[in-house]
Amino acid sequence: MLTNHAKIMQFFSMADGVTGRKKLQKMIYILQKCNIPFEEKYHFHVYGPYSEELTLRVEELCNFGFLDETKEDKSNYFQYNYTITTDGAAFLQQFNLDMPSYQNKVDMLKERSSRFLELVSTMLYFDDLPIEETIEKVHTVKPKQKFSENEIEEAIQFIKDIKQP
Amino acid sequence: MAYRDEQLSEEKVFKDPVHRYVHVRDRVVWDLIATPEFQRLRRIKQLGTTNLTFHGAEHSRFNHSLGVYEIVRRIINNFQDRSHWNKEERLLCLCAALLHDLGHGPFSHSFEKVFKLDHEYFTQQIIVGDTNINKVLEQVSPGFSRDVADVIAKTYKDKLVVSLISSQIDADRMDYLQRDAYFTGVSYGHFDMERILRVMRPIEDQVVIKSTGMHAVEDYIMSRYQMYWQVYFHPVTRSAEVILSKILQRAKVLFEAEDFTFKLEPKHFLSFFNEDVKLEDYLKLDDTIVFYYFQQWQDEKDEILRDLCARFMNRHLFKYVEYAPNQPIDKWMELSRLFVEAGIDPEYYLVLDSSSDLPYDFYRPGEEGERLPINLLMPDGEIKELSRQSDIVEAISGKRRTDHKLYFPKDRIEALTDERIKQRMKEILYN
Repeated sequence: MLTNHAKIMQFFSMADGVTGRKKLQKMIYILQKCNIPFEEKYHFHVYGPYSEELTLRVEELCNFGFLDETKEDKSNYFQYNYTITTDGAAFLQQFNLDMPSYQNKVDMLKERSSRFLELVSTMLYFDDLPIEETIEKVHTVKPKQKFSENEIEEAIQFIKDIKQP
Repeated sequence: MAYRDEQLSEEKVFKDPVHRYVHVRDRVVWDLIATPEFQRLRRIKQLGTTNLTFHGAEHSRFNHSLGVYEIVRRIINNFQDRSHWNKEERLLCLCAALLHDLGHGPFSHSFEKVFKLDHEYFTQQIIVGDTNINKVLEQVSPGFSRDVADVIAKTYKDKLVVSLISSQIDADRMDYLQRDAYFTGVSYGHFDMERILRVMRPIEDQVVIKSTGMHAVEDYIMSRYQMYWQVYFHPVTRSAEVILSKILQRAKVLFEAEDFTFKLEPKHFLSFFNEDVKLEDYLKLDDTIVFYYFQQWQDEKDEILRDLCARFMNRHLFKYVEYAPNQPIDKWMELSRLFVEAGIDPEYYLVLDSSSDLPYDFYRPGEEGERLPINLLMPDGEIKELSRQSDIVEAISGKRRTDHKLYFPKDRIEALTDERIKQRMKEILYN
């Protein structure tokens, strides 16, 4: 019961807070693709892979008082920041989660921009295709982002690195 | 004549209680409907366990799929001579509309949760895999099946086409709201679809609504809001859903237990229990098979499985109390311990279930807003987002409503002989 909530809390604890809902969405998706067993279901949306279940779970954690959500006005949009509360830390302590170690992956993700993670997660979404087709697909579904060749190459390298055990 | 252009010698119609008639003229559409994979949808109820609350809700995914096809067919007819509309996409839209729910299994929600499945994955597999559906689509042109799959997955290049099947005002929602309202018999869910279809306009990569049709769209949004809370999230339906999930969970646990043998080998479930579901296994499962096993499992040796199945089959459901999320977690833990003490396994008999809905969301550039907004076409040609024009929609925009309930077998608690445990349980549950 509430194990999936605890897994998300553990992630927040490891990340020591997360800035931006989009970034959060992409971080969890990329971790899933690295075989970290998060169970939130993802589908393709405006910014790439997106999980309504994750949105709901995070909202529940805020309602439970386990996560603190703050809203920052960025003139043309709001940015949301998440940190664990004392109650949240106590809740997490009650669980003995069977999760592999993935702190290094969280560190790698955290220092990247949400635009870059959007590219990485979109490439991973189409990773069943040969790489040329994956790149073509990224341009097809995200024509407005105009990802450069350099960015794509960087994303390919990043995927290789983060997938290493 | 090329297969993609082939027309039936005369138009076929399906009588439909929501749209009056569903019209089919394309040979491709007719052939798709005739495939076993599509016919299978007749054996999968659209609303799963809702018929235990609203007894009329016996309609199938087959009805709904035809309905979505019919709505898209009408939209395309209206778009025919408008600029921005690519006539070449007509058949693709019709096929995607017809096949968008192809991967749904029986009681999808529970099956997906317990066995970690995704019906959208199976929709893709049925369309691009070795199936009759795929053969029909590939006869249209090589790669056509991939295009249909991409439209459904929202990864197709033409976003206008995608938005007809999935957006905040799409054919899918317009059909299920009206159909589910009709079959459940509720008075919510009705709106003037004819009016909405008349004011839809294709513009570049989206469908917009002429501003004169704003009130019809308001009605649609409110219908959706009411249907979610009055029908889809009805607590009795959710109670049945909770029990169903627990049956599947228990059956899987028993399958994995070394010292348990089912009286009836659950062969239709084996690949689900092993979490290695092949397409052919998936397609074999429908409502009738699930009910057969639940009927049989009432005679199994395991008391929990037997009890849960009897509850589900005989509508002897769990009761519920509201669960305030900010309630101290130690109360919850104590309740769970009391259940164990009373010999009632909380893993199966004390279940927290949440429902949540965001009735309409507007677009917030940069940070979030994963849903495309509904845009209005103003008389001067300007595009304005719906919630900025409509006070009614603005009032519910971006506001998620969430509800948490705790489900439990009240009859088991009432039957406890240990008064101390019984009273304490009641105190926690009802205070």
